[in-house]
Order: sequence, then C-alpha cells, then structure tokens
Amino acid sequence: MEEISKHFLNNNRRHFLKKMGLGIGGLAAASLLDPFSSLATENTAINPSALNLPHFAPKAKRVIYLFQSGGPSQLELFDYKPLLNKMRGQDLPESVRNGQRLTGMTSGQDKFPLVGSNFKFDQYGESRAWVSNLMPYTAKVVDELCFIKSMNTEAINHDPAITFFQTGSQQAGRPSMGSWMSYGLGSLNENLPTFTVLLSRGTGRPFSQPLYSRLWGNGFLSSLHQGVQFRSGKDPVLYLKDPDGMSRNDRRQMLDYINKLNEKQEAEFGDPEINSRIAQYEMAYRMQTSVPDTMNIEDEPEHIIQMYGMDSLVPGTYAANCLLARRMVERDVRFVQLYHMGWDQHFNLPSQIEKQAKDIDQATAALIMDLKQRGLLEDTLVVWGGEFGRTNYSQGVLTDTDYGRDHHPKCFTMFMAGGGVKPGFTYGETDDFGYNIVKDPVHVHDLQATIMHLMGIDHTKFTYKHQGRRFRLTDVSGHVVNDLIT
Amino acid sequence: MTDKKNKSKWVLALYFIIPFITVILVKYIIGINKDSYQPLMVGNKGHDSEKVEVAGNKILKLPDTVDFIFHVKPILSDRCYLCHGPDEKTREAGLRFDTKEGAFAALGKHLDRYAIVTGDVKSSMLVSKINSTDPETVMPPKNSNLSLTDYEKQILAKWIEQGAVWKDHWSFISPQKKSLPKVSNPKWVRNEIDYFILNRLDQEGLIPSEKAKKEKLIRKVYFDLTGLPPTPSDIDNFINDTNANAYEKVVDKLLASPAYGERMASSWLDVARYADTHGYQDDLERVMWPWRDWVINAFNRNLPYDQFIKWQLAGDLIPNATLDQVLATGFNRNHKITQEGGVIDEEYRVEYVMDRANTTSKAIIGLTMECARCHDHKYDPISQKEYYSFYSFFNKLEEKGRIEYNEIPKPNIKITPKEVHEALPFINLPDSINEVEVMVMKDEAQNRKTYVLKRGQYDAPQEEVFPSTPKVVLPFSDSFPKNRLGLADWFFSEKNTLTARVEVNRMWQHIFGVGIVSTSSDFGSQGALPSHPELLDWLAVTFREEGWDMKKMYKRMVMSSTYQQTSKVTPELLEADPGNVFLARSSRNKLSAEMIRDNALAVSGLLNNKIGGPSVKPYQPPGLWEETTSGQGLTKYIQDTGENSHRRSLYTFWKRTVPPPSMMTFDAPTRDLCEVKRQKTSTPLQALVMLNDPQLIEAAEYLAKNTLKAEGLSDEDRIKSIFRKITSRFPDETETKELMKYLENAENNFETSKKNYIKSKVTSKVEYAYTALTSLIFNLDEAIIKG
Repeated sequence: MEEISKHFLNNNRRHFLKKMGLGIGGLAAASLLDPFSSLATENTAINPSALNLPHFAPKAKRVIYLFQSGGPSQLELFDYKPLLNKMRGQDLPESVRNGQRLTGMTSGQDKFPLVGSNFKFDQYGESRAWVSNLMPYTAKVVDELCFIKSMNTEAINHDPAITFFQTGSQQAGRPSMGSWMSYGLGSLNENLPTFTVLLSRGTGRPFSQPLYSRLWGNGFLSSLHQGVQFRSGKDPVLYLKDPDGMSRNDRRQMLDYINKLNEKQEAEFGDPEINSRIAQYEMAYRMQTSVPDTMNIEDEPEHIIQMYGMDSLVPGTYAANCLLARRMVERDVRFVQLYHMGWDQHFNLPSQIEKQAKDIDQATAALIMDLKQRGLLEDTLVVWGGEFGRTNYSQGVLTDTDYGRDHHPKCFTMFMAGGGVKPGFTYGETDDFGYNIVKDPVHVHDLQATIMHLMGIDHTKFTYKHQGRRFRLTDVSGHVVNDLIT
Repeated sequence: MTDKKNKSKWVLALYFIIPFITVILVKYIIGINKDSYQPLMVGNKGHDSEKVEVAGNKILKLPDTVDFIFHVKPILSDRCYLCHGPDEKTREAGLRFDTKEGAFAALGKHLDRYAIVTGDVKSSMLVSKINSTDPETVMPPKNSNLSLTDYEKQILAKWIEQGAVWKDHWSFISPQKKSLPKVSNPKWVRNEIDYFILNRLDQEGLIPSEKAKKEKLIRKVYFDLTGLPPTPSDIDNFINDTNANAYEKVVDKLLASPAYGERMASSWLDVARYADTHGYQDDLERVMWPWRDWVINAFNRNLPYDQFIKWQLAGDLIPNATLDQVLATGFNRNHKITQEGGVIDEEYRVEYVMDRANTTSKAIIGLTMECARCHDHKYDPISQKEYYSFYSFFNKLEEKGRIEYNEIPKPNIKITPKEVHEALPFINLPDSINEVEVMVMKDEAQNRKTYVLKRGQYDAPQEEVFPSTPKVVLPFSDSFPKNRLGLADWFFSEKNTLTARVEVNRMWQHIFGVGIVSTSSDFGSQGALPSHPELLDWLAVTFREEGWDMKKMYKRMVMSSTYQQTSKVTPELLEADPGNVFLARSSRNKLSAEMIRDNALAVSGLLNNKIGGPSVKPYQPPGLWEETTSGQGLTKYIQDTGENSHRRSLYTFWKRTVPPPSMMTFDAPTRDLCEVKRQKTSTPLQALVMLNDPQLIEAAEYLAKNTLKAEGLSDEDRIKSIFRKITSRFPDETETKELMKYLENAENNFETSKKNYIKSKVTSKVEYAYTALTSLIFNLDEAIIKG
C-alpha cells in the first residue's frame, strides 16, 4: 500500500503540484508527464476502467531481461539427456519427431543423427538442479533460480521468433514487453528512462544473428514508451552529450532562457503543450547528469568487479552490461532489456558454446547474487533465455568431437530469479530424447502472462485499443503459470 | 480471504484510484481527449438536456434525441460486437447487433422475447441484461473485461424509448452533397469549407478567431504545402503586398513549386511503407528510390488522385502501359522481404500478399481488413472469405518468399539512362549508375489459386475464392475485370462510398493536423465519427466532381478563413474545445521529423535542393548499424560527405531494422507496415536531439557565422535576423533583451569552456556565443511549430 501510494506521488506530485500554479493549461501539461499520460487516447475515453493498474499487488517492481539471442542450446546447458549420448549417431526416430516442421537448413538432410552433449552434467545445490560444466558460476546459484525446462514457441526462425518473445506476435508492429510495462506501470524515477536497452556481442559466434531496433520499439504505443538504448562510449544515450566546449553552466543558462521565452509564448498563445515541452527539457537536463552517473562504474569496489569478472571493466561486454543493469534497477529503472548475441550454433557447436557460456556465466550469477545482497532481488525479476531451443540431432556432419544443432521450437530451457518466482525450483519436463515436452508446457504467451502477473498485471485486462481492436501483449492466449510463483 | 486482507486491498485500491480519478476528472473538464472525439451533440445544442451524469470519468449530458450512428452504434460495436457481431463463429445466443434484422429478431426459441422492443424499454431484454445486478447474467459478461457506464446504459435505453430508429453505418452510405448551411456571419466566409465550419461553431455558441498575422500565416502555409520555411524576403514580399489576392499568389506559387511534391511524397512514403532495405533479419539493401521519384513527380504534375492510385495498383495492367505506369506499381512491392536462411518460402510469400491487401485497403478505403485474416471481422461486416477474395487480387505474382543475398526480387524492371531519357525524365539517375532494377507488379502466376486460409495460416487452405470486394462497401459487379485493374475501377466507381472520403480526410489531416474523421485509418464501426459529416461529404463529392484534383482541393483548404485563423487560444476557448474539434482557431501543429531537420538546413543556408536520386546518408551517431549487424549486408553506415549530407530528409536512407534515430525520436513510423497517421508526442529524447544533434549544431554554427560576416550589423540586428529566419517573425523588445543578455553570458562562458566548441571550428568567443544563441533559438517551442 505504502509503496503504491509512494509510486503515485513519485510520479505525480512534483509535476502535479508545480503545475497547479500555472492554472488549468499547466495542469493538462503536467498530466502528460505522469505514467498515465497515455490515457488521453482513444482507449480510456471509451472505457475508463481499462487501465486501473496494477490490477493487484505486484511481486516485482522491476525486470531485468537477459535475452540470449540466437537460441542457446538447452542440451548443452541445462537439459541433461544421457540417452542422446548413448544413441549418438543413430537416426532420430520418426515416432519422436512426429511430423515437426523443419527449418530450410536441415529439411534437406536425409539423416538426423542424434547427438548428446560433449559437456559433463552434474546436480547442484539443495535443489539438485542439473547444470553442465559450461556454467560453473550459475551452478553455484541454482538455489536462487526457477528453471522452466518446458518452454515452447511456434516460430522456427530468428526474426519471427525473437519478435514473438518481445512483442507477442511473430510479425513486426506491436510494442515490446518493456514498452507495455512503461505504458501500464509508468516510471519509478524522475531522472532516467523507464525502459532501457543494453546490447553485447558474444565471442562464440560474434557475427551470426542481427538485432533490430523494433525489438525494443513502442509499436502503436506512444513513443514515450520506446526502449532507450544505453551504449558504451562517450555518448551513452543518443544526443545526450552537450556539444564540445559547452559548459554545464552555459547549458543551464541556455535552458533558463529557453524556458523563459517559452513561458512567454505560453502566456500569449495559451497552448498547454508548451508547458509540457518545458518539463521535457528539464527531464533531458537531468538525464544529462543521471545517465553518465549510472554509467560510471568507478565507484564500484574491487570485490564487486571481481564478482562480475574482469570483463565488467570492458564497456559493451555482457558482464559490463550486467553491472549496469544492477545500477539501473538500483536507480529504479522499471525494465532493463539486455541482449547478448551469438547463440546460433548451427556448426562447431562445442567450441562456440564454450565461449558463449563463458561470456555470460559469471556475470549472470553475480548479478543475481549482487541484487540479493542489496535486497533488490525480492522485487526485481531476472529472466534469462533465448528465442527457441536447438535440435537433439546434429546439423551437418557429426564427427567425434564436432557437431551443430538446428533451431528447435518444441522445447527449451529458460530460468528466472527473484521477483516472486520460486527459488531452487524446476518446472516442466522433456522426454528422454530432449525433443518433446512430456510435462507442464510453457508457451511464450504463458511466460509473458506470468511476467505480467508478477508485475501486478492481469494480462487479459491490460489492453490498448488500436485501429478498433484491443491488443494485448499475449495476443489472444496465454495462461499465468501459477506453479512458478511463490 | 480474511477481512483484514480485504480491507487493505480496498485501502490500497483507494490510494490508487482517488488521485487517479481526480486527474481524470480534471482532464475531462479541461478535456484532453484529442484522439477520441465523438460528437455527442449532433442535433442538440446541449443547453436543455434533462440529466447530468457522473459516469466513470465523464460528465455527460444525455442528448435530447439519441442518434443511432452517433450515440448507440459506437457502444454496441465496442462492447457487444465481439460476441454479437459479424463473426458467426463466435456469436453467442444467435444474437447480432450489427444488422437491423439481427437486432430486432426474436431471441432464439423464445418467440415472445426480444433484445430490442421499439419504444418499450421494459420489454427489451437488452436493457434488462445490461442493468442486471446478477454477475452471472449481466451484459457484457464479467469475463469479457468490458463494461458499460451508467451514461452508456441510459443512452441505449433512451434510444429504445425514442423508437429505436436504426441507421446503416455512415461510411457505407453514399456521400451526399448538401446545400451550404446558413451561417451567422457571411462576411467571415471565404469559401464553402467556412460555411460548414461556421455553421457548427454557431451551434456550439463559439465564434471564429481573428485572422493570423501575415508572418504566421505564410509560415504555416509554407510548411503545410512544401515542408520548408519561407525566407525573410518571401515574408517581406507577402507583408508588403497589399493586394487582395496577395495570399492566393503565395499559395499558387507554393503549389507550383517542386518542393510541394516532396512534401506530399514524404507523407505518402509512410502510407506506402517505403524503405531502402528489405526489412527482415539481415535487412539487405533494395533499390526502390526510382519509385519514390515517381511519387514526387506525380504530385508535382498533379496527377489526378484516381490516376495516382490506379497506376500504383495496376499500372502494369493498363492497355499499352507506359514504363511510367509500370514503375508506379512499385507501391505494392515496398513490403518487407526476408532472406533469412531456413524460412519456409510459402509462409513468407503469403505474408507479402497479405501486406499488399492490408495496405491497399487501409490506404484507399480506410478499412482494417486485416482483422478478417484469421476469422470474420469482429466489428465490420467483412467476412474471412471476403478478405481472401480481396487478397486474391494480389496473389498472382511469380515471386519468392525467401530471396538469396544480393538477389533482386522479381518481378522487376530495368532502368538505364535510355529508359530515363525516353520515358522517365523525372528519375535522377546519377552518371555513376548504369542501371537499376526496381520491383514492380506483374501477374504471371495466372494458375495460382487462392483459398481461404484457416486461422490465416499459409498451410491451411480451405475453400477456393475468386477476386472480389467486400459487399458492404460495394459488390464487385461483373462489369469490372477480375484483376487489379478492375479493383482500381471499383475503388473509383461513383458508388464506392469510401475512396473519396478517405482521401479528402487524409488531405484535411495534412493541412489541419487532425482529420474530420480523427481515425484516418479506420472508417469502420470502431473508428471515430466525423466531426463535420456534411463537410466531409461535400468535400468528397466535390473532389470526385472536380476530377480528383489534389492541388485544387489543397488550395481550397488553405484558402479558407478556417485555415487562416490565428492559433492563439483563450482560456475560455480552450475549455470549450480543448482538442480544437470545432476549429474556432488554428491548431498549433508541430513540424514533422523531416520538417525539423529541413527547417534547420534551410534557414541556415545549408540545404541542398536537389530532387530525387538514390537515398543519402547524412550524419547519424556512429556505431548504430555496427552494433546490431550479423556481419551480412549493410554492416556499416558510411556517412555521405559534401552536398548529399544536406539533402531534404525524405531522401535519408531508410534501413528498416535501424531507422534514422532522430527521425524515430520525432515520431516517424518504422516503415514496417502502412501508416496513415503519425503519433504526436513530446519526450525528453526530443529535447536532447534539439539541443545536441550535430546536424542542428552545424546549422546553428553556419547560420551564426554567416550572420557575423555581414557588415555593419549591431548585436541587436543580428539577433533579430537569426530569430526571424528561424521563427519567421521578429522578436519583440522583451525577447530581444533576453537574448542580448544570454549572448553576453555565453561570451563570458566561453572563457571558462574548453574553447574547442564544435571541433575547434569556432575560434572566437563571439562565434561561440552566436552559435549557442542560434542553437537556443532553434530550441524555442515556436521554432518547431508551423504557425
């Protein structure tokens, strides 16, 4: 209760009260700044009850989504299938495949030789979760993790599959999950964007699959809700930096004059939009300080750097981005979306995945434990996973040491941590071939529904009316997986 | 659940709801409701209503006469059609409210029970259902997440009480050209538009605003018609021209200028989802710019709208088609195309055909046909079968779903200097390019059959269908050829109720900021209703009668007194009409993303006015393409130098997966799909672009330095000159004084700064101060407002 009222006040009081003094026009402008700003659309004018958010007390206030782009192989990381080692080289029985459609990359193969993992698996923690030796740090934190072994999707190619995960639709045009959260729940802070994006390139297959900026796009929502990319380098947010040679003092003075002249315009033309613009300039000015402050890791003590690994000192790496993600949620950024590229192991899987795993293992585990030690994990949801899994048979030639795996939509593994999910818990099961789900399937829309539920949103009620239709992140399906929730 | 929990839940809800409602109420009172206006006062002056209701967030008066189209249908459509609408498969209890027969029919087996009994509220099941207190039987049902406000319930009841007069959906009835309405002040009227606008203002008890100052008016009309600002001498000439037709001369000049075609093309590129890349995955480059040049030329030569569309839809099918006409069909090849390894060819080919069908229907007749892809339309009377019948027009191409890297998708045409010379003189083919291949339409797969696709899936064909159109708009009679050319004829048939309305509405949106139908992409049941229905119809019929003459129609709009009003608004007027629906003033419309950059280039003197040619790559922050690429295709953005870095923004290279970032910040669409209306937002990221975009800083520096070069000017003269170039007016005394003060501050600040402002190109404190001052003026609200 306290939190929600604080949430409201944080977002509104300041502008609300400030603008009261400016009269009715000013008040209208103030409302443009609040998280409910988008209410002034075709949506709530017709149905005012549409956006009473959150619908119920949320378990998580913030999300860090660690997207592993390319489709990490569940069979090398978490889904232990000794049968595949026993049957290595034998053809995938048709009874198992059961007509599953194949991508154009392996549909031409006349054989589908099964292949088990080259990497050793073991059980860890009190939860006895299976993890391969590619992920030694993750193995140490399994008691914080909630594994879903039974993820499944409909898409078998990267572009539609990743778009599906991010927007609930395989075709482009809908808002990203972070945009939905920004629209529905608003900002928790006054100095940083609500929805931020961090990119890193894997070392396993540095150039494999591209990303598209529409993945963090606002779709048909207001562009106020688009993800803001934070980049390594001098200008972490596009156009953030003042021109060379301009002092902060001069920038402040310039803004004061801009405001003064704009207020004069407002007095003459009476357009409330002008007040809104003045406020946006002030937010921009604050961002010029708060963004570099967020990016500056100089104040991080040595033990924290050690915890995330030395890569965390190298801007633009996954480890550095994990550390930044923690700094962002500390500053109450609502939704942090990371992407780590390079998980598309069609060939040379063993050597590539070793590097990919090394990129992310230590920092992922560190992020979770760091959030925990700061008390942030309880209301921050961490999500780890890719857009689909990989086949249990080899793509291309299977040799003694080498193999590859094609895309597999029917089952793959993800995990979550914190934010109201069960720690030390594994959900769902695949068959001994690691090809089909035998227990508790979780569809992409189910995952989205569950994440929204944790954020206090009933995914069936949270809609945006666009071109006459009420759209949802989960389209027309999706069920909350209650078993995952504490 | 325990009591305590219950209680805390309540308190919690209240904490949230009370301030929320307060905001909403205040919002309503001041009426920030721009996107959703529905005229509730048709045929009713609103002063003698019987009831004042507080319903949810609205305080509404029940109209004296409840109108089916304006009051009842929007409720039925939005809250009831999901289960009682056109889609038979999800229809409940056999009851439908989208047709008159259905709405008045007996309920199922109960021959004595009816949803609606004319004049008899008590016997009407609809009324008892919506007022039911039983959560099991109330309508809409609880699990639909839909509900009715008290106001809406009373509207439905009152409509029945008043006789339940049924009318067909307004946009499916032919537009009628009614005689011009009476107005209180004929002197104010300049042309037909003003009769309709003033008549409505009279009804609302509002009076038009005074005329805008000349310098404001000329600025606005320059941006609206050419997308560029007037020069100081343009302004002077206009101010000094005291002839009665001074303004008309300006308008004629603008309509005749080549920049007109660029401005109009810039909007059409959104509709046509034009881009310079294929859009999926590795997002490879494509060459479609010759089509873009065709569009610019078509606007400039004032190709009538019917030809403009006909050529783009079916130019290839016109008997003895010219190359010009064939090139126009590139319109429907602007959709995205994938090269991703492993995709299933047919899945994507189907996707492209759908894109063409969806784009065509949205752009030309304002219907969201794509909603009938997977099932019958939920709101409009369009069946899934009709959707695929419409789709079949676009399903005859010999094309691939997946293309290879570096493959130019077929069908296409080759353009060499010979073709340019002989048939396409408007194409700006650089000497360095010997030939380009541009995608066009061609029906080569005559034997391909079209089927209804179950749930829209490419591999689930059902019943075979043949080219046809939605009956509700106009049946596709045998007189039309069963191909795209026939479809084009159908669009422009005199009986087609939508085509003319949709286009004049979009033209109105270009000029006035918001369409007469604010949902310019949706003229169906869920779309907004026209704010001035009779004006819309008058314009639509006139447009057709005048031979679809676009320039003439634009001229009429900008010549009206309505257009020429000031954008100043009094608190009273703001309260009476916050969204400016009634147009008792001009709206303060913001420059588009393209205009913001073009304005800076133009006023600084950097703009290169060259028309057409391959897309260009002006400055963008380094690294954006590199960060996301897979290493294939366009991996690195290599910025153009020289004249191509200062071309108008509609020529900026459009990579769909990484579109130009500053344009995206200013609400440009991604060009993934057809878009007929841009968002209008105000965000902190926009402020950052305006303050720091090196292109804008460069323009500021260039303008500052040039101003300093002119001899014999005082600081005050210079400030006035810069201010006027950017805002089209002179600063007043206070503004000049403030800017003088800032100039002095900036000079002093230079001493403390690193003295390398803009990479050392600014060498003196005076240059620094003037550059900063110019940047300040670019950042004024007025600098990004048309007028």
